[in-house]
Amino acid sequence: MTRRALLPLALWLAAIAVAAAIAAGARYTADLSGFLPRSPSPAQQLLVEQLRDGAVGRMMLIAIEGSDAGARAAHSRRLARALRADARFAYVANGEAAGSARERALLLEHRYRLSPAVEAGRYTEAGLRAAIGDTLDLVSSSAGGLAQALLARDPTGELARLVSMQMESGSRPPLAGGAWASRDGSRALLLALTAADGADTDAQEAAAAAVRAAFEPAQGATLRLSGPGVFAVESRMLIRGEATRLGVLGTLLVAALLLALARSPAVLALGLLPVLTGALVGVAAVAVGFGVVHGITLGFGATLIGEAVDYAIYLFVQADATRAAPERTRAWLAEFWPAIRLGVLTSLLGFAALLFSGFPGLAQLGLYSVAGIAAAALVTRYLLPQLLPAELRVRDLSAFGARFAGLARAHPGWRWLVMALAAGAALLLVAQRDGLWARDMSALNPISAESQAYDGVLRADLGAPDTRYLIVLRAADQESALAAAEEVAQALEPLVAAGVLAGFDSPSRILPSRSTQEARMAALPEAAVLRQRLRAALRGSPLRAERLEGFVQDVARARGTPPLAREDLKGSAFGLALDSLLLEGASGWKALLPLRAPAQGPSAYTIDPARVRAALAGSQATFLDLKAEADALYSGYLREALALSLAGFAAIALLLAVALGSAARAGRVLSPLVATVLITAGLLAAAGQVFNLLHLVGFLLIVAIGSNYALFFDRELARGEPSPRVLASLLLANLTTLVGFGVLASSSLGVLRSLGLTVSLGALLALPCAALFSARRPDAR
Amino acid sequence: MTRLAERLLLLALLAWALAAPAAGAWTLERLMQGLAQARSARASFVEKKTVAVLERPLVSSGVLSFAAPDKLEKRTLRPRPELLRLEGETLTLERAGRRSVLDLRSYPEVAAFVESIRGTLAGDRKALEALYRLSLEGSEASWVLTLVPADPAMRALVERIRIAGRRSELSVIEILQANGDSSLMSVQRLP
Repeated sequence: MTRRALLPLALWLAAIAVAAAIAAGARYTADLSGFLPRSPSPAQQLLVEQLRDGAVGRMMLIAIEGSDAGARAAHSRRLARALRADARFAYVANGEAAGSARERALLLEHRYRLSPAVEAGRYTEAGLRAAIGDTLDLVSSSAGGLAQALLARDPTGELARLVSMQMESGSRPPLAGGAWASRDGSRALLLALTAADGADTDAQEAAAAAVRAAFEPAQGATLRLSGPGVFAVESRMLIRGEATRLGVLGTLLVAALLLALARSPAVLALGLLPVLTGALVGVAAVAVGFGVVHGITLGFGATLIGEAVDYAIYLFVQADATRAAPERTRAWLAEFWPAIRLGVLTSLLGFAALLFSGFPGLAQLGLYSVAGIAAAALVTRYLLPQLLPAELRVRDLSAFGARFAGLARAHPGWRWLVMALAAGAALLLVAQRDGLWARDMSALNPISAESQAYDGVLRADLGAPDTRYLIVLRAADQESALAAAEEVAQALEPLVAAGVLAGFDSPSRILPSRSTQEARMAALPEAAVLRQRLRAALRGSPLRAERLEGFVQDVARARGTPPLAREDLKGSAFGLALDSLLLEGASGWKALLPLRAPAQGPSAYTIDPARVRAALAGSQATFLDLKAEADALYSGYLREALALSLAGFAAIALLLAVALGSAARAGRVLSPLVATVLITAGLLAAAGQVFNLLHLVGFLLIVAIGSNYALFFDRELARGEPSPRVLASLLLANLTTLVGFGVLASSSLGVLRSLGLTVSLGALLALPCAALFSARRPDAR
Repeated sequence: MTRLAERLLLLALLAWALAAPAAGAWTLERLMQGLAQARSARASFVEKKTVAVLERPLVSSGVLSFAAPDKLEKRTLRPRPELLRLEGETLTLERAGRRSVLDLRSYPEVAAFVESIRGTLAGDRKALEALYRLSLEGSEASWVLTLVPADPAMRALVERIRIAGRRSELSVIEILQANGDSSLMSVQRLP
C-alpha cells in the first residue's frame, strides 16, 4: 500500500465509524407509520392517530381454540384473571360478570347524570306518575327482571333504560361456560387493551409474550392472538427475519461469484467492501434524515448488493491485468470511470426523485439508495484501486465476452423485434390501464391474507368496532367537545329513526357535558319535595310512597355529589370507550362519533354521506368515510410516485444529453432502457401481476442498472468494436444483479417479492436490449 | 275415515299402550310422553306478579303459543302490548316500538327460565333435567311438576318453578324467586 492510499483509507475508516455509530443508535420500526403520510390531511391524521395511539391500536384479540367448550371457557377465565393482575394490560374482557360488575355499579351510581330521560318535568307529580307507571308495566312484562329487582331504589327505571341503551350500542358475543365464545362455538374469545400505545412495538411484544406465558396449554387447547399491536410485532419479526435471510443469502451467492472470478480472499473482500459500506452509510443517512429506520428499508439492503457490487466487478474485470499496479489503475480510471460515473449519476437522479415523495416509506428508500450508491461508488473510485493487490489474477473471461459480442453484431432486424415487443407491451399496458395498479395498501402489508382474514373473523365475533364511518368534532376543550357532541347526537337521532343509520356512539353518552349534567340535576327535587310529590303521584298505585325511601336517598345523594368526571370512569369499559372517542391532540380536543350502518334493508352496510352531511349542516362536524380516505391516500401516493418517477426519468434524459453532448446519443442510450421497462411491465401485466408502489421502484432500478449497460455499449460504440473484456464485465455484473434480485423474488414478503421479480426480469432483458440497440446500422458505418 | 285407517289407528294405540310403563302408575316418563304428543298448542294466559314492595299483584294477560320442537311465543295484550318470541337459541322481545334480540347462550338465567316452560311443553325430559331437579306429584288427572334449579347461581335467583296440569295440558305455572317475589300464570287452552 502506498502513502497515497492512506488518505482515502483514513477518510473511509472515519466515515464507517460515524455511520456505524449512527446505525447502532438508530431507532428501527416496523409499524404502520412507514405507510403514513408526512403531511397528512385532518382525516389522515385521525387515521394515523387512531392506529398509533388510540384504543384501536391498543386492542388485542385473543382466541382459544381446540379441546372442548368447557375447557376453553376455563382457559379463558384463568387467562383473564392473570391478565387483569398484569400492569401491562389496562383492561381485559371475556364476558365474565367479574368483568362487568364495575360498569354496572357505575351506571347505578351515576344514573341520574347519565340517563337522557332525566329532564325538567320528569320529577313533578305528573312526571313521576307517568314514569313509575311505565316502570310497573315493565315489571309486569317479560323484560322486567332488572326493573323489578331495583323497583324500590329506581322506580323511574333509569338504570333499566341505561342498560338497554348499552345493549343496543353494540353486539356482544354469546357466552359458553361463562366466557365469550365465537358464534359458531369453535373458540373462546377475550378482548384485552394494552397499557402501552399500539406504536410501542417493544411493549406490544412484551404484552403478547405475557399472554402466551399466562396461557397454560392443556387438553389440546391452543392460543391465537391478533390485533394491530400483534401485527406490528409479527411484521417486525417477519421483516427482520427476511432482511437478515435475504442479506445473508444474497451476500453468500455474490461471494461465490466473486470467488469463481478469482480464487482470492482479497478480491472477495474488496468486492464486498463497496456493498457493505453502501448499506451502512444508507442506513445511517436514513436514521439522520428521518429519525427512524423502517424495517422494509433494511430489506432493501439486498437490493443494494445487486447494484453496488457491479462497480467492483467492472474494476476487477476491465482493468488490464498485463500492466503494473499503479499504471493499471490509472488506465482503468481514465478509460472506464467516466462511463461508470455517468451510470452512477443516472442512478442517483432516479432515486433522488423518490426523496420528494410524501410517502415516508418511499422517501426512505430513495435516501437509502442515493446514500448507499454514492458511498459504494466513492469506495470503488478512491479506495479500491489503492487496496488492489499488486498482482490481480482474475479469470480471463474474454472468450465468454467474445461470444456475447456476436449479439451486438447481430442483424439489425433483431432490434426491430425488440421495438415491436416494446410497442406491443405498451399497447397491452394502455389496454389494461384500469386494472393495472392496486387500489389499496393491502399489497404493502407484510401480514398474510390468512392472518388478516382471521383478524376480521375475530373482530366480527367480538363485535369490535369497525370504524369506517365517523363524525369528527373539533373543540378548544373537553367540555365544548362534549357539548358539541350532544348537539350532533341530537341532529343524528332523526337519521336513526329514518333507518339511514342503525345507530351511533357518542362520548357524550358516556360522559355528558357539565351543562347537561347540571340540567339533569336541576330536574331532581329536594328530598322533602320528592316525598310529597311521590305521595301525590302514587295515590291508587300498588306502589306505596313509603316504600321508596331508598329512591329518595339516592336522589338526594346524586344532588349532593360533584359532577361525573372522566377520572371516575378510569379503568372501566366506559373509560376505555371514552378514551377512543374523546381525544386531546396537539391542536385541541376532538370528539368522535362512530356511525353504524344498517345491517339490512336497501342501504345495508353503507351510509348515505349526503343524508349525514345534510343533518350536520350548520355545525362544525365533519363526516368521514375512513375506508375512502385510506384508499384516496394510497392512490395519492401512487399518482405522486408515478409523477416523481417520470420527473426522475426526465432528469436522467437531460443529464445524459448534457454529459454525452448530443440528444441523439442520449436517445440511443435511453431507448433500450425504455424498451426494457415496457417489455418487463408488459410481461408482468400479462402474467396477471397487479402493480403496487414497489413495482414502480423496480422500474426505476431497471433504469438505474440498465443505464450502466447502455452507457458501456455507447462508449464501446464510440471506439469501434466492443471489447470482449468489457462485455465480460457486463455479463458478470448482470449475473450478480440477477442473483441479488432473484433472492429478493424468493421472499415471503409480498413487497420484496414484487420488487425482486420486477428487477430480475428487467435485468435479464436489459443487457440483450442494450446490446441489440448498440448494433450499428449498416448505413452508419 | 276409512276402515283401514281406523284399524291402523287402533293398532298404533295398542302398540303405544303396550310400550307404556305399567299402566296406572303416574310417572314422569308418562307425563313427558303425553306432553311430547302435542305438536302445537295455543292458550290464553293471565299472569299475576307478586312483588314485595307492591301492595297488590301486577296483572298482565295475553296469548301463549307453542310449536314443537322449539318455538315459543308469549304475546302480551294487557296492560301493554309486548311480544316475546323464542326460536332455537334466539330470544326476541318487541316492546314499545323497540325490538331487541338476545342470544340465549349469553343469558344463562333467562335461558334456564325459558327452558322450564319450553321443555315442559315439548315433553323434553333431557333438556329439563340438564337444568333442574324434577319431581312429580299427584295423578294423571291433576299433577304438579316441581323444578328446582340445579345450578346454585340460578338458585340465587329462582327458588323453584311449579307447573300444574291435567293429563297433557298445563294449567298453572308458578315461579317463586329467591327474594320472595313470585309470579303465577294461569293458562287456558284455546281451540
